[in-house]
Amino acid sequence: MPREITYREALREGLDEELAFDDNVVIIGEEVAEYNGAYKVTEGLWKKWGDKRIIDAPISEAGFIGMGIGASMLGIRPVMELMFFSFAYVAFDQMMNNAATCRYMSGGLIHVPIVVRGPANGGTNVGATHSHTPENIFANMPGLKVVSPSDGYDAKGLIKSAIRDNDPVYFMESTVLYGEKCEVPSNDELEDGELVIPLGKAKVKREGADISLIAHGRAVVTSLEAAQILEEKHSIHAEVLDLRSIRPLDEQAILDTVRKTHRAVYIEENKPFCGVGAQISSMIMEQAFDDLDAPVLRITSADAPAFYSPPIEELQLPTAEEIAERALSIC
Amino acid sequence: MRGNFLKEMAEKKKSKPTAPYADDPINANLTDEEKIDMLRTLVRIRRFEQTSLKHYHSGSIGGFLHLYIGQESVAVGSISLLGDDDHVITAYRDHGHALSVGMGMDECMAELFGKKTGCSKGKGGSMHYFAPDKNYWGGHGIVGGQTPLGAGLAFALKYQGKKGCCLCYLGDGAINQGAFHEALNLAALWDLPVIFIIENNGYSMGTSQARSSAFPEEGLAARAKGYNMDWDVMEGVSLYEIRAGVQKAITRAHEESRPTLLEIKTYRHKGHSVADANAEKYRTKEEIQKYIQEHDPIDFWKHTLIEEGVITEDDYKAINKEAGDEANAAADFAIKSPFPDESEIFDDIYWEVDNNTAAGRTGRHFFHK
Repeated sequence: MPREITYREALREGLDEELAFDDNVVIIGEEVAEYNGAYKVTEGLWKKWGDKRIIDAPISEAGFIGMGIGASMLGIRPVMELMFFSFAYVAFDQMMNNAATCRYMSGGLIHVPIVVRGPANGGTNVGATHSHTPENIFANMPGLKVVSPSDGYDAKGLIKSAIRDNDPVYFMESTVLYGEKCEVPSNDELEDGELVIPLGKAKVKREGADISLIAHGRAVVTSLEAAQILEEKHSIHAEVLDLRSIRPLDEQAILDTVRKTHRAVYIEENKPFCGVGAQISSMIMEQAFDDLDAPVLRITSADAPAFYSPPIEELQLPTAEEIAERALSIC
Repeated sequence: MRGNFLKEMAEKKKSKPTAPYADDPINANLTDEEKIDMLRTLVRIRRFEQTSLKHYHSGSIGGFLHLYIGQESVAVGSISLLGDDDHVITAYRDHGHALSVGMGMDECMAELFGKKTGCSKGKGGSMHYFAPDKNYWGGHGIVGGQTPLGAGLAFALKYQGKKGCCLCYLGDGAINQGAFHEALNLAALWDLPVIFIIENNGYSMGTSQARSSAFPEEGLAARAKGYNMDWDVMEGVSLYEIRAGVQKAITRAHEESRPTLLEIKTYRHKGHSVADANAEKYRTKEEIQKYIQEHDPIDFWKHTLIEEGVITEDDYKAINKEAGDEANAAADFAIKSPFPDESEIFDDIYWEVDNNTAAGRTGRHFFHK
């Protein structure tokens, strides 16, 4: 019987294993220790690892993330939790200037092995200030890496790679996915004895030959539902490619699926203007124009701040039905 | 009548005519050689910057040039106290700190000229000098942005069980940035061995203190009270006074792992940057001249050492000439050095790419062309 755990538990296992793997790993964030995590990702870790390794921070994102960046320069590997990635904006100078550019401006003398992780999603009726999806904004900055896992298996394997990485990695999760279960093998079931997934490797989550649905984060889950609809109602076999990591980007996997199906849709819960899909569709146009049988489509959240009213906010985000319908328009 | 400056100071303080704080334990045991070394560093910083100014005006140096002239005693005095596990981080007026920690004039000058031989290979410029091998973590361009980093360096030292501290310098303008207050709170809350040193030169760029900061009569550093942090205010002309005050904070950091907020009063002779054409508009000529003539830290230290019989006027002239020659040689080195290659644009962005690791080879990292 394969082991199934939630996305939240998978992340926690990854964190716990890295705390054991390297004494320099510390977890710092609001409510991560005694409160057991605002979203319970770090539940139990303070009890197990104590005050030195798991640290409750005051509500002071610029301060504690900047502090983590400084500490990382001297060899600490801080894993900073943002209760919401929306709060990254009060730490923006630290995250964009100090984390991303110190290496460059020092001519390579410094590196910043920090992870900043937390949920980056809308769809939970918390209003615009708590619903930002800044993956495109941070991926715009050379020097940063941006990761967005869509299930627990990837979440565990990717968080371990992110912590071991020697560059700053911004790891964007989803509160909507935290409770979702999936198969995550325990270490004794694995040949290597642990689950580590390299950054920059996309994954085909469903094979198909007629159209490529390319996505990251929770949009992958929605795309898988759309692929099911396309198959059942229209006999169209959609391939679903999960980027997993936005920067570095698995360009080859994108080109491979486009060359296989000749049709591509990019789906994300990000905004459309200069969104991740804009980058990907431009890249497909530049490198696989002759392979395309139709224009590349982009499906994003509505180009508006997140609406509070629950039934209306639902309409702002991509749905499986919308994806299926738009996909049909180019098939 | 500058020779009488020391006596006048002593009279003011109603003490015997030895320099104030000369008898402080941290100063009493200084050897003549150590005192001369500090004089040499003060003069080297000044000659370096005067030379760089000349080349800035001739168009060989781009961007901004924030000169430290007039403030040299702050970096020289405080950094002279540091040991192997003590670290330094500062803002963009960083040449003085760089030379004080032992960076060479050649690499610093070449950086200003944007050359490949610069300390940051021409990628950082005047505001972004770094030397991690000398515990020097920059050189940061955003006002106040370095203060959380300073707390972080102290966090790392404490985490690793080292008996060290971090001197984190900032200007008086930075005390109104949120990041600074957040850093103060974290440092006091978590007992971090960091010493924040406000180099108070009286002006946040062109805006005087009175027009930019709300603070009590005791001084800017009194803001530390709100964070339950020790603090002190001192004059920045005398190396003795700076060393005595900063040493107390270092001892507190080393022995109790407690932070301190220090305010050292100083004055910049030049504008905010060389591009600051208003340098004589928001301050009067008379004010600037008064500080240059009566409060110049190099003059003060020179006369202190002459009155102590440690050096003669001729010794000073020799030190001055040597520093000037060194600065000119550094400029020659910079001029003769090559510019970076275009191919270097994509180096030093990702550690994993630079080191050609599996992670650095997986996926596309750069998206130009």
